[in-house]
Amino acid sequence: MPRDTEVLVLGGGSTGCGIARDLAMRGLEVTLVERGNLTDGTTGRMHGLLHSGGRYAVSDQASATECIEENEILRGIAGHCVEETGGLFVQRPEDSDEYFQEKLEGCRECGIPARVLSGREAREVEPYLADDVARAIEVPDGAVDPFRLCVANAIDAENHGARVETHAEVVDLLRDGDDIYGVEVRHESGPGKRTHASPGTTEEITADYVVNATGAWAGQIGAMADLEIEVRPSKGVMTIMNVRQVDTVINRCRPKGDADIIVPHETTAILGTTDEEVSDPDDYPEEQWEVDQMIDTLSELVPILEEARTIRSFWGVRPLYEPPGTGTQDPTDITRDFFLLDHADRDGVAGMSSIVGGKFTTYRAMAEEIADHVCDKLGVTASCSTADEPLPGSENIETLEAGMDDFGLRSPVARRSTQRLGSRASEVLETDEPNPVICQCEGVTRAEIRDAISQSGSDLNAVRIRTRASMGNCQGGFCCQNMANELHPTYDEETVREALDELFQERWKGERHALWGEQLSQAMLNYALHATTMNRDHDPASATGDVDFAAFDGGRTASDRVDGTQGAD
Amino acid sequence: MAIEDDVLVVGGGLAGTTAALAAAERDVQVRLVSYRQSTLRNASGLIDILGYTPAGDGPLVDPFEALDDLPTGHPYERVGSEAVREALAFFDGIVGDAYAGAHTDANALVPTHGGTVKPTARYPTSTAAGLASDDRDALLVGFETLPDFEAPLAASHLEAAGAPFTARGVTVRFPGIVRDDAKVTRYAHLLDHDETVETPAGETTAREALAETVRTHLEGEARVGFPAVLGDDRADAVRADLGDRLGVDVFEVPMGPPSLPGIRLEDLLYEALEAAGVRVTTGVPVVDYETDGERTNATDPERIDRVVVDRNGAEVPHRATQYVLATGGLVGKGVQSERDGVFEPLFDCHVPQPADRYDWFVDDVFGDQPYARFGLPVDRDLRPLDAGDDPEFSNLRAAGAVLGGYDFAAEKSGSGVSLATGYVAGRRAAEGCR
Repeated sequence: MPRDTEVLVLGGGSTGCGIARDLAMRGLEVTLVERGNLTDGTTGRMHGLLHSGGRYAVSDQASATECIEENEILRGIAGHCVEETGGLFVQRPEDSDEYFQEKLEGCRECGIPARVLSGREAREVEPYLADDVARAIEVPDGAVDPFRLCVANAIDAENHGARVETHAEVVDLLRDGDDIYGVEVRHESGPGKRTHASPGTTEEITADYVVNATGAWAGQIGAMADLEIEVRPSKGVMTIMNVRQVDTVINRCRPKGDADIIVPHETTAILGTTDEEVSDPDDYPEEQWEVDQMIDTLSELVPILEEARTIRSFWGVRPLYEPPGTGTQDPTDITRDFFLLDHADRDGVAGMSSIVGGKFTTYRAMAEEIADHVCDKLGVTASCSTADEPLPGSENIETLEAGMDDFGLRSPVARRSTQRLGSRASEVLETDEPNPVICQCEGVTRAEIRDAISQSGSDLNAVRIRTRASMGNCQGGFCCQNMANELHPTYDEETVREALDELFQERWKGERHALWGEQLSQAMLNYALHATTMNRDHDPASATGDVDFAAFDGGRTASDRVDGTQGAD
Repeated sequence: MAIEDDVLVVGGGLAGTTAALAAAERDVQVRLVSYRQSTLRNASGLIDILGYTPAGDGPLVDPFEALDDLPTGHPYERVGSEAVREALAFFDGIVGDAYAGAHTDANALVPTHGGTVKPTARYPTSTAAGLASDDRDALLVGFETLPDFEAPLAASHLEAAGAPFTARGVTVRFPGIVRDDAKVTRYAHLLDHDETVETPAGETTAREALAETVRTHLEGEARVGFPAVLGDDRADAVRADLGDRLGVDVFEVPMGPPSLPGIRLEDLLYEALEAAGVRVTTGVPVVDYETDGERTNATDPERIDRVVVDRNGAEVPHRATQYVLATGGLVGKGVQSERDGVFEPLFDCHVPQPADRYDWFVDDVFGDQPYARFGLPVDRDLRPLDAGDDPEFSNLRAAGAVLGGYDFAAEKSGSGVSLATGYVAGRRAAEGCR
C-alpha cells in the first residue's frame, strides 16, 4: 500500500527538526508533526548554553568530547544562532582544589581548550564576579538561541521538500499487528499554517518509518502502541534577568549542584538550574523556592544578582532515560547520553524507533545517527551532510556583515535585526514600505514580524520565538498589541483578538515568577495599559451579552454637529 | 533652615495636583514636590469614575448609582459618594472646555486604540465626536508609521463590540513624517505649527496635506477619527481646521504611552497650580522624615514634623502642618516591593499583603489580581492606618493610587479615585491647618 510519506518524525524540538533536515537533505520524503509550536517542549525551555563540554569533562568524558566537536560544527553551520561568549568555571574559596584540577585535566583530555585564570584575571573578564572568587578555568562555552536554531532546521527541511505541521497532536499510533505504519493527528485549526478560530480536523498520516523524537513525551507516544519507554522527565528552573550581568558563561566549578550556571543570552542573562524528577512532563509544580535558590546561590558568584531585576522564570523538562534495571536514584546522576530504541529489536514491533535522552548541543550528531539508522532500515545509502551545509541564515555570514547597509533602520535596531536574521536579512528587511519598530525592547521591526507571520500563521507565540518580540523587559505589555495589529488584514479581527489574548496570557505565565520589585511594577503597568485604556478585560466584543449603547452618553445634543443629528442622550 | 508651608503634597499626578489645588482654594500656603515623571503621560486622559463593579458587572451606565454599594475600605466608600460628585465638579471647573461629559451622569463609551470601548465619566473634547453611542458612521484613519493604531482592525473591532454605526478604517502615510520611528510629539508638532511639507503634488502645509490625503478616502461619513496625535499646544485649532477642510467632525482615539491627551491634561493641571499660587518643585525625592515626638498619650499617633527633600544632593528639610501622600501605586512607585514584601517607601506606612508572594497573583492575567489592590488602608479622614487600624500619623493623608483596596484597571476607576481622594485630602489638610 502506498504510504503518505517515507519518514514520519514525531516532535518539533531540536532533535525532531534535526532529523527531518538530515533525512530531507538525503533526499527522503519527510513529514514532521508537532503538537504545539516548534520548540514548545524542551528545546524552547533550556538555558541557551552551547556546551564546550567542560561541564562533563570529569563525570562523562564521552559526552564532553562529543560536545566540543559539535560546538565547533555549530559555530560553522549556525553562526547566526550562536554567540561566542566563552565560559568560565569559577572556583570559590569553599570549592575543592582537587576538583578544580580534575576539571582542568578532564578538559585537556577531551580536547577542550582550557586555560587557568587567577581571581584577578577572571574579574578583569567579568567585573561583577565576587571578590573572593579564587580562580577560574576559561573554556569555549557559548550562547545559542534554541528557537532560531530549531526553526532554521525546520525551514531547511522544508526547503528540501519536507512537510512540517505544527499544532498537530498525535492522538493515535496506527499499528497493524506488529507493524507501526503511521499516526493519527488532530490539527488544531486544520492542516497548514495555524489560524486561530478555525475548526480542527483529524488526519491519518501513513509512513514507511516512524521516528518518535518527542523526548520527555516519548513514553506517552509509546503507550499508544502498548510500548513501554521508561523516560524519566526531570524539571529544571531558569530565571531570566533583565540585563546581562555577565557577558561570559559563568559555571560554578564543583561536582554537581543546583543553581550553578549563568548564561548571557541576547539582552538578558539566564540563571539555572534545578534537577528534579517529575511524573508528568505537562503537569508539575513550579515553585517559589526554586526561583529563590537561583538568585540566592548564584549571588555567591555574582553578588549584584541579589538586587537585580528578573523578568520571568520558566521550567524545562529534560528527557532523561536510562536502560531498564539501571536503578539510578538521583536524576542528576542519570546519564545525559542519548539512546536509540529500535522497537523491532526491543519489543518486536517494527516500523518505529524512539530517541530519548541527549542534550541540545549534540542534537545534530544525534540526528545524524538516527538518520543513518532510518536509512539503513529503508535501504537508502545517501550520507549525511548536515555538518557541512550551513543553515538558512548562516550562509556567507562574513561577507554579509562586511557588506551590510542598515536598511534605513537606526543602527542598534539594524544590528540586532541582522544578527537574528543572518544572511536572510536583506531578503526580509529590504522594503519600500515604512518599517517602524514594533518591539522596542528587542528592536524588532514590522518587516521582521511580517516575515515571521508568513512562516507561522496567526500564532503570535510562533512569531515571538522567531523574532524575540515581546521577550524583553516589558514582557509584551507595550508590543503585544502592535504585534497583533500586524496580523490584520491577512487575518480577521476575531482571529487577531484570540491570537493577542493567547500571547498576552503566555507572557504573564512566566512573569508570575518574577513578581516583585521593578517587574511587579511592570506587571501592574502592563495590566493597566491593557485593562484601563484598551479595556481588554471587559471587551464587549468578547463578552457575552450586548451593550445598550443608546443608554450611554452620546455627546451633547449638538446642533453644531456636521449632520445636525441629535445625540443619543 | 527648613522650608515652611501649611500643606505639603508629595506626588505630582492627578491625585497630588488635585489635593494641592483643593487645599490652595482654602487660603493656605501649599507646596507640591514630586520626583518621577507623572504617570499621567501613560494615561489616556479619560476621567473614569466607575465603569464596572468590583464583581465585574458593567459597563455601568450610571457610575454614581453604584458608588454606595462598594465594599468597606474602597476609596470611594471612605470619602462617600457626595465627595465624588464634588470632586468631579471641582475638576470640571479646573479644565473648563477642555473636557466634556458634565451634561449627564451617564458614562460615555469612548473607542480606544485597540478598537474596544472604554466607559468613562469625562473625556477630552478632542474625543467627543467619537463616542460609540453616537450613531453617525465613522471613518478611522491610521498611519503607516504608527503601529499602535491599526485603523481597519479597530473599525472591525468596534463592529464586533456592537457599536451602533458603521466604522471603516484606512491606513495612510502621514505627510511630512519622514522617519519610521518619529515620536508622537513630532506628529503633533507638525500639525501645531502647520509646517511646510513635501507631497507628490508639491509643497503644502501639514494640515492641508493630511486633509487632502484623507479626503479621497471619505465615503460620506460625518466624522473622522485619528490616533491622538492631533496637535499639542494648539490641538483645538488643528482639529477644527481639519474638520473644516474635510467638512466632518474630527475626533481623536486615545492611545497608549506616551499619550498626548495625558500630557495635555498634565499641562492644564500644572497651569492651574501656578495660577493658584502653589509652589511646585519637580524632580526631587523625599528621602526621610522626622516626627516631633510630642503626643499626650502614648497611644496617640505621632505627628510628622518635617520631611527631608533631596535637591540635587543637598538634603533640605521641608516643614508643614499637614502632609498629603500622593506618590502613586506600583506603577508610580509610591508602593514598592521586594522578594519578601510590599512596602510604602517614604513613611513606611502599613501595606496589607499575603505573606507568600505566590499569593500576590492569580494565574489568569485578567483574573482578580491581589497585587492590583496593593496599597494603603485609610480611615474616613484618609489617614493611613497601621496594622492595628490606628492612624500612622495624625497629620498625614493619602490619596490616589497609593491607596489600596481597589483595582482601578478592572473597575475603570483610577482617575475618579485620584480626583475624589485628592480633593478630600486637600480640603481636610487645609482645614487641619486652622
